[in-house]
Formats: sequence, structure tokens, C-alpha cells
Amino acid sequence: MKRLVIIGNGMVGQRLIEAVRARDDGGEWSVTVLAEEGRPAYDRVKLSAFFDGSSAEDLNLHTPDAGVDLRLGEPAASVDLADRVVTTAAGAYRYDALVFATGSYPFVPPVDGKDLPGVFVYRTLDDLEAIREYARGRHIGAVIGGGLLGLEAANAMRLLGLSTHVIEFAPRLMPVQIDEAGGAMLRRYVEDLGVTVHTGTGTTALNAGPDGAVATLSLSNGAVVKADMVIVAAGIRPRDDVARAAGLAVGPRGGILVDGTGRTSAEDVYAVGECAAVDGVCYGLVAPGYAQAEVVADRLMGGAATFPGADLSTKLKLLGVDVASFGDAHGTAEGCLDVTFTDPATRVYAKLVLSDDAKTLLGGVLVGDATGYPALRAGVGLALSAPPLTLLAPAGAEADAGAGLAALPGSAQVCSCNAVTKDTIVDAIHAQGCADVPALKACTRAGTSCGSCVPMLKQLLTLEGVTQSKALCEHFDHSRQELFDIVRVRNIRSFSALIAEAGRGKGCDICKPVVASILASLHTGYVLEGEQASLQDTNDHFLANIQRNGTYSVVPRIPGGEITPEKLIVIGEVARDFHLYTKITGGQRIDLFGARVEQLPLIWKRLVDAGFESGHAYGKSLRTVKSCVGSTWCRYGVQDSVGLAVALELRYRGLRSPHKLKSAVSGCARECAEARSKDFGIIATDNGWNLYVGGNGGFRPRHADLFATDLSTEELVRTIDRFLIFYIRSADRLQRTAAWIESLDGGLDHLRDVIVHDSLGLCAELDAAMAGHITNYADEWAATLDDPDRLSRFVSFVNAPDAPDPSISFTVERGQPVPVSSSAEGRQPVLLGMPAVTEGSPA
Amino acid sequence: MIIDVAFQPVCPLDRLEPDRGVAALVNGVQIALFRTSDGELFAVGNRDPISHAYVMSRGIVGSRADVPTVASPLHKQVYDLRTGTCLDVADVSLPVYPVRVSEDSVVEVAVE
Ligand code: SRM
Ligand SMILES: Cc1cc2nc3c(=O)[nH]c(=O)nc-3n(C[C@H](O)[C@H](O)[C@H](O)COP(=O)(O)OP(=O)(O)OC[C@H]3O[C@@H](n4cnc5c(N)ncnc54)[C@H](O)[C@@H]3O)c2cc1C
Ligand code: SF4
Ligand code: FES
Repeated sequence: MKRLVIIGNGMVGQRLIEAVRARDDGGEWSVTVLAEEGRPAYDRVKLSAFFDGSSAEDLNLHTPDAGVDLRLGEPAASVDLADRVVTTAAGAYRYDALVFATGSYPFVPPVDGKDLPGVFVYRTLDDLEAIREYARGRHIGAVIGGGLLGLEAANAMRLLGLSTHVIEFAPRLMPVQIDEAGGAMLRRYVEDLGVTVHTGTGTTALNAGPDGAVATLSLSNGAVVKADMVIVAAGIRPRDDVARAAGLAVGPRGGILVDGTGRTSAEDVYAVGECAAVDGVCYGLVAPGYAQAEVVADRLMGGAATFPGADLSTKLKLLGVDVASFGDAHGTAEGCLDVTFTDPATRVYAKLVLSDDAKTLLGGVLVGDATGYPALRAGVGLALSAPPLTLLAPAGAEADAGAGLAALPGSAQVCSCNAVTKDTIVDAIHAQGCADVPALKACTRAGTSCGSCVPMLKQLLTLEGVTQSKALCEHFDHSRQELFDIVRVRNIRSFSALIAEAGRGKGCDICKPVVASILASLHTGYVLEGEQASLQDTNDHFLANIQRNGTYSVVPRIPGGEITPEKLIVIGEVARDFHLYTKITGGQRIDLFGARVEQLPLIWKRLVDAGFESGHAYGKSLRTVKSCVGSTWCRYGVQDSVGLAVALELRYRGLRSPHKLKSAVSGCARECAEARSKDFGIIATDNGWNLYVGGNGGFRPRHADLFATDLSTEELVRTIDRFLIFYIRSADRLQRTAAWIESLDGGLDHLRDVIVHDSLGLCAELDAAMAGHITNYADEWAATLDDPDRLSRFVSFVNAPDAPDPSISFTVERGQPVPVSSSAEGRQPVLLGMPAVTEGSPA
Repeated sequence: MIIDVAFQPVCPLDRLEPDRGVAALVNGVQIALFRTSDGELFAVGNRDPISHAYVMSRGIVGSRADVPTVASPLHKQVYDLRTGTCLDVADVSLPVYPVRVSEDSVVEVAVE
């Protein structure tokens, strides 16, 4: 077996491992990876997501592989090209082939004070952890560098709650990617977010304060900027130190010199990714690196692949603003023409670069709206698919992107990160039966890196005749969101009116509960009023949760998990008197199981008289707002988490939604209430509250993302109000908040735009809707007990109201009643454990 | 064939809400009784053949194509109310019982 040694386990090194493992069918190579960082490869492109709630695990790219010896925290110190040995502090490794994948290091200009405490670079997860740690309790940050990385770093500072300055030497932001007019538009967006931009000026010194840490920056225009911390994002340099020392040739501007096959100046030694200078040029993007990794893997297997050259197109979402540049963005080609489009009202800037005869698309820049990007980028070098202005106008972009896509030749690259062509995708759709985006991702890898080609994958599916149906069920062609709008706009009050207007047939167990929930969200009132009763699932119908043996459970609301001894005693007495199995739930309250329908009103009468309300354990609605003890008792607590949890639970109780809603409030960053596993979670800070959204446990656990920091209680409540109503209005059936946010075009940033910056002008309406809910809330159980008609539903048998259901019987386990044979038969997933009482023989 | 005399009164017609079921105990047999919004009546067994719990009367009433249906409230399998046949799982069905309304608007079911 031959040994391949790879130096560096970054994004490209990782891709090389995968490419080699995928091709090496004969098991020819054993792979040893020497990695400087202490953790396996992670997605550096998405690094900033770390400040938006993603954890280090979320970014992980590496899966353990028995054929790969990954040596973390063991950097290569030197290479002996003659003996073919790599040496580290821990050992020496002989190689048959060696690949450098050492990436870049951040360039720090040689200004005074660059080594002061409080000065950081932005490259690794360790850097980000240090930044987060240092930012605690600090207020002002500055970023040196207004390029891609600098703006990402500025956003990170914002998310950490610092007021932020960006200092850029060039006269505009992102000088490498975009032109002057685009830079000006971008600047307006960035300044609106409260970031102060200084362009056309350098940093001459970083100055220490009395504590010895950085406190101010001196700029070349004479200004002095106060800053408690500084991030330097002034560019990157290839890491060619070890290669240089070994005697490998380097490029004129640094980087390990390689040819189109990835080979360096030494036999069997290659370089890939940012450390490689391909014919003298280093690429600072991941896609060219991936292409190089594929080439080298092919060569190692004896293939003849060569690096096709790089597409330096990029699409970014920086501080919530779409920015894209593609092809010859700066118009360097001989005699080329520019077509530009600027709309100050919608803040959209776009430029297309065309060949001298205006027939071929060469490149372009988009700021503010990059919907057209995927199709435009794929069209570079091809004849224009429509008149330039049609391609640029944002309104037309979406529709025309589809048309443009149809016109593209099969060899056009749809996914540039993974070099997937239109042909490959169309083939996956037809020959391999891929019917949605996840299937296409799995089959072709398209869309799995930066994600910007995903809209094109969707359009291709549509173009190829795969309909991704949004129909709720056979009775409605609409999605839940569309039905919500129809009900709201046409003021529809009943299922029969809706199905007559917009559907067909009689409805079913899918559409009826959905419509019931929509009606309940819009016209808050008793959920079993009139015809609405027939729409409800049995749980909502009996205001209790059905169990495997046909009995129900009873869950009184215990807001925030706080309960008086008197109330605890009442629960105990009720459970004892009705022989109910009793359990403390995972939601900080108490569940009583085994009630027959005719017992439910009697049980609830006792509970309501003692001051309890429905806990809505049965509804798609707010479940619990869990709390930790918080500042009232806990020695660490900084805010009253119980008080807030109780207030929130009372505010949102009874709110009907597409799926259940859960929340929690923790009194400090120790997070004992597990708020980050909730749809909306709140963690106390010294200055107020941090709000996280889109978390859940369940089948696919997900941590919530940080949405806003240091809110006052009033700001917090207003933000949550809007978040919830917007979710209720626009989410799909049974879509928890996490999936809903993922499905929004523009994701979390878009959500922030809508509910914080009111970009859709909806906020007043959302606020009013929540106010309506709060005023109209009434406890469903109290309302049921008050009305003899409603109570008449609660019988086991219509013709024998006093007879209990003879099929229900219990046995005793650990001192409590449980359904008969729950343990014997209960392991089978579908056959629920009930004795098979034959028809006609009451047990 | 069930003969006419076996019909037994269960409850007044107006006790049945449209598109919702009730359970009845007739000769010791549990029946699920439904009235659809078209005014049709159906009587099937109350026992869910899949879970063995007596809950069919609490399912959601609807339609599949032109077939009037009820869905089990536990695991949502759908049944044809006219024949009792399960439309989702092969070889599973509910017993069906003759049902009618008497002249004085009482629902009657025939159970052997
Ligand atoms: C009672 C309880 C378990 C316990 O003994 O602790 C429970 C019991 C049920 N859970 Fe749960 N869940 C309970 C806490 C949880 C938790 C923990 C939490 O809330 O902190 C989770 C994970 C957190 C989350 O939801 O994100 C949880 C995730 C689920 C899920 C998966 C949801 C998902 O998005 O993947 C379901 C299924 C569903 O809702 O579709 C579910 C569904 C159910 C149902 C309703 C199943 C059903 O339809 O019959 C259970 C019936 C309860 C009943 O009859 O009263 N339960 N369930 C807990 C009640 C909490 C409460 O006081 O309301
Ligand atoms: C915040 C941020 C945002 C970015 N956004 C984008 C984007 O949107 N689009 C895009 O295309 N690109 C983006 N990039 C660039 C992209 O991350 C890089 O192009 C890519 O990571 C390069 O991969 P690589 O494997 O060459 O280098 P790296 O991922 O840097 O990996 C190199 C690894 O080698 C290790 N190493 C170095 N020397 C040694 C040694 N002697 N021994 C052992 N190990 C060693 C390093 O510690 C490192 O782990 C971004 C980068 C950052 C930092
Ligand atoms: S989260 Fe903080 S305040 Fe709350 S109980 Fe835990 S340590 Fe105490
Ligand atoms: S273009 Fe980046 S994932 Fe497809």
C-alpha cells in the first residue's frame, strides 16, 4: 500500500480526502493527515454562522473514516524532499505522495500596537471563540478592512452587541468584488445597520488604554476612533512557510507554485487550495480549491485531469444585504460595454458587462437583490438570453432566471462550487428519479457548499416537469399559507364556506384541523363553536390528549413551572379521587392519565374551581414556557426568569399555530432552562434579554439562533409577538419554527428585516393581531363547563350517558393505574396494547 | 340479511352533529354512529381494528374522491363509511350496521 500524506485539514484538504477515498476502489492508498488545528475540518465559509447561533458541531465537515489517520493538533514542521519524509513534533512520516493543503493566514499590516490585547484576526473557530469571550461586557468594536471578511467580522461584532466601525483603505467597500456605484449602495445598507464606515483611510496605529489593552485607533486622515476591541481583516497570505523551507518553488507573490495538474517543483509533491499558486495565481475562494483537490485525486489514481481555471464569482449575504459579482465584474475585457441599473428607492444596483457587440454576457455586479445571480452566472460567456435590462430589473429577475436557464446549454455549470453542469442535474432528475432539492443534493453534490445555486435547482426541477406540489391534500390545491390568506382576506368564517370557495369534496383529517387552526388564529373564539367542532381532531374535540387505550390525559397549565403548595395538593387530590396515573412531564408541569371522556368535565370542574386552566397539551398552540429559578433565588441569576416566563406563558396561552410552540427563559448564560432548544428562547444578560429563535428537541434537534441581543422586556415582548404572528400566518402545516425559518427566502436575516426593520410594512398588523388574541383569550375548559350543550358531548355512549366504556380496564404498575398489557403488547409500534374484547361481550 | 324487527332506537336525530360521530352501546356491542353534512347516516364498529381501542366514533369525517370516510383518531387510517373497508391497509375493515331514522326522528340501528 502507498502512503499519501496531506498537510492541513481545512476545507480543501478535507475535500481531497473525500475525493481520494471515493476514487480509490482498489484500496491503493493509506491516508495520513497532519492537522495544525485541534479540531477536524469545518466549514470556514460559514464561519460567521458561529455568531448566529451555529455551534462548532454544526459547521463540522469531517466524518471519521477507518482508512484515514487524522492527526489533530500535530502540524508539519519540516519536509525532507530527498528522503520523502514529513516531520512533526511527535514523529516522522514517510510518503509516496505529499499534498500541501495549508491554506492562508490573515495578513496583519505592520502598524504599531498590532499585538495589543484585544486585537484579533478572523480565520479559525479558535479566533471566533476568543472574540466572543473578549467581547463580553465591551461596547465598541472596530474592523480593519472593508472587504468580504471585514464585513463578516463587522456583522459578528454587531451580533455580539458592539457598536461597530469599519475602516477601509480603498475608496469603497468590497473593492475586489464590486465597482464604485455598487460599493456606494452597499455602504448605505451597512450604515443603516448602525455600522460606521470610514473609507479611503488607513490605520496608522493601535493605541493602548490604561489597562494595557487596545483602546483607540489612529487613522491616516487624522481621526481617532475609540474601540474596546479590534479585528484585523486586511487580507490573506498563502501559508507556504514549510514548503519554502523544504526548497519548493514559490510564486512571484507567494504561494506554492503548481501547474495545472497541481504538481509542485518536486516529484510526487502537490499543493491545493489557498496555499497553492496555480501558474502563479492564488485563489482565495473555496470552489477553485475544490476543483484542484479533484484534479490531484485523479492524478494520484493515474488519471489525466487538469485544473480548468477558476470561476471567481461570489454571492454573499453580508449584514443582510445580497451582494454578487460574477465573471469579468470589473469589465477588463477589450472594448466591453456596461449596462447599469440603479434604483435608489428599492436600493438595488446592478451592472452587466457585455462583449463589444453587446451579444455575449461577460460578467456583472448585483447589490441589494441577487435573485438573478444563479442564472446570470451560469450564462457568462454565452449569448444573452434576453435584453440586458430585462435581465437586470429585479422584478423580472426571478421569472427570467427560469427562461434564461432553459436557454442554457447542457454544459453550463449550474453549481460552480462543485462543478456540476446542467446536464448532470437534468440527468439526475430523469435517470435517477431525483424529485426534489434534497435528492439532487445527495445525487450530484450541487447546492451542498455555498447554497447559492439552490434556487436554480428548484427551477430546473420545474423546467423538467417535476411539480413540487404545495397542495394540502386532495381537497385543496393551496398551501396552508395560501389558505390562511384566503380566509383572512375574504373574511371566511367556516370550513364549508372555504371549501365551497376554494376546494372540493368534504375535507379530511388533514385539511379540517388545518382550517380549524386558521379559523382559531384569525377569529379567536371558542374552538368548538358550531361547525368548527366537526373539524377538530379528537384531542381538540375533547380538550384532552387521546391515549392508546382510548382514555385521555389531563394537563393543567402551570405557567413557568411555578406552583403553590395548595394547587399541588388539589392536583394530588384530583388524581387520587379519579384514579389517574400521575407524572411530572418534561415540560415542568404535571400530566394526569387515564381519564374516560365522561370523567373529563368532572375532573376539570375541580381543577377550574381551584384556579387552573387548560394547558393546551392537546392543541397545536403554546405548550410551556419553562423557566429556571433565576435572580430571585439563584446566586448566578441576573434577571427574573420565572417572572418573565410566567408573563410570557400567560400572554401567549391558547394561541393556535401551525405546530406546537415551546419556550423557556434562563436567568443567566448557564442556561438551566434549556432555552436554546425552544421555538423561542430567552437568556438573561446584564443589560436585558437575548432572544433565540427556531430551536426544538424532538426528532431533529436543533439549537435556536441568536436573533436579537440585550432587549428590554418591552422590546423583547414586541419582537416575540411579531415573530409568533408572522409564523402563524406564513408557516406550513405542522412546520415547527426551525423548518419555517429555513424555508424563508433569506432565512433569519429576512425574518429580522420583517419583524425588526418592518421591511414589509406588516408590523402594525402583526401587533394588532397579537393584541386581539390577548383580549379575546378565554379558558376553553371554563367555557365548556359553563355550557350544558357543550358538556353533552362528554359521554362514552349517546344512548347510555352514565355507562363507562366497558373496554377500558387498568392494571397496577409501581403503585399506579396503567392500561392493561401496556408492557406486554406495547412494544409493537402499531398494535396499541388493548385487550381484544370481542364484539358483544362487555368485559 | 338483517330483518326489520332488529332495529333498535339509539337517540334523537338532532343529537348527532353533522360530520361528527357518537358511540352507542347496542346489545352490548359498541357502535360508531355518524351523520354527514349531506344528512346521510352510517353505523360501523367502534373498535379500531388496528389499535384495538374503542375510538372510531371520535375520528374525523370526510371524503376521499367520492367515498364518505372516517379516519381513526389514533393512527389516522381511513375507512369507507359505507362498506367499512380500510382504504389504507389491506384486509382490514370495520363491521357495518344497518341504520335508519324512524318517523319520529329517532336514529335506529340493527345489531344482531
Ligand atoms: C407528557 C410528555 C412526556 C413526559 O412525560 O414528560 C410528552 C408527551 C407527548 N408528546 Fe412530547 N411530551 C412532553 C415533552 C416533550 C418535549 C420536552 C419539552 O417540551 O421540553 C419534547 C422535545 C422538545 C420539542 O418539542 O421541541 C417533546 C417532543 C415531542 C414531539 C416531537 C416534536 C418535533 O418537533 O419533532 C412530538 C410529536 C409531535 O408533536 O408531532 C410529541 C408528542 C407528544 C404526544 C402529544 C404524543 C401524542 O400525540 O399522543 C404525547 C402525549 C402527551 C399526553 O397525552 O398528555 N412530543 N415532547 C411531555 C409533556 C410536556 C408538557 O408538559 O406539555
Ligand atoms: C470568515 C470567512 C468567510 C469566507 N467566506 C467565503 C465565501 O463566502 N466563499 C468562498 O469561496 N470562500 C470563503 N472564504 C475562504 C474559504 O474559507 C477558503 O478559501 C477555504 O477555507 C480554503 O481552504 P484550504 O483548505 O485551502 O484552507 P483552510 O481552510 O484555511 O485550511 C488550511 C488548514 O491547514 C492548516 N495548516 C497550515 N499549516 C499547517 C502545517 N504546517 N501543518 C498542518 N496543518 C497546517 C491550517 O491550520 C488550516 O486548518 C471565507 C473565509 C473566511 C475566513
Ligand atoms: S440559568 Fe443561571 S440563573 Fe438560571 S438557575 Fe441556571 S445558573 Fe441560576
Ligand atoms: S454554487 Fe455553491 S453550492 Fe452550488
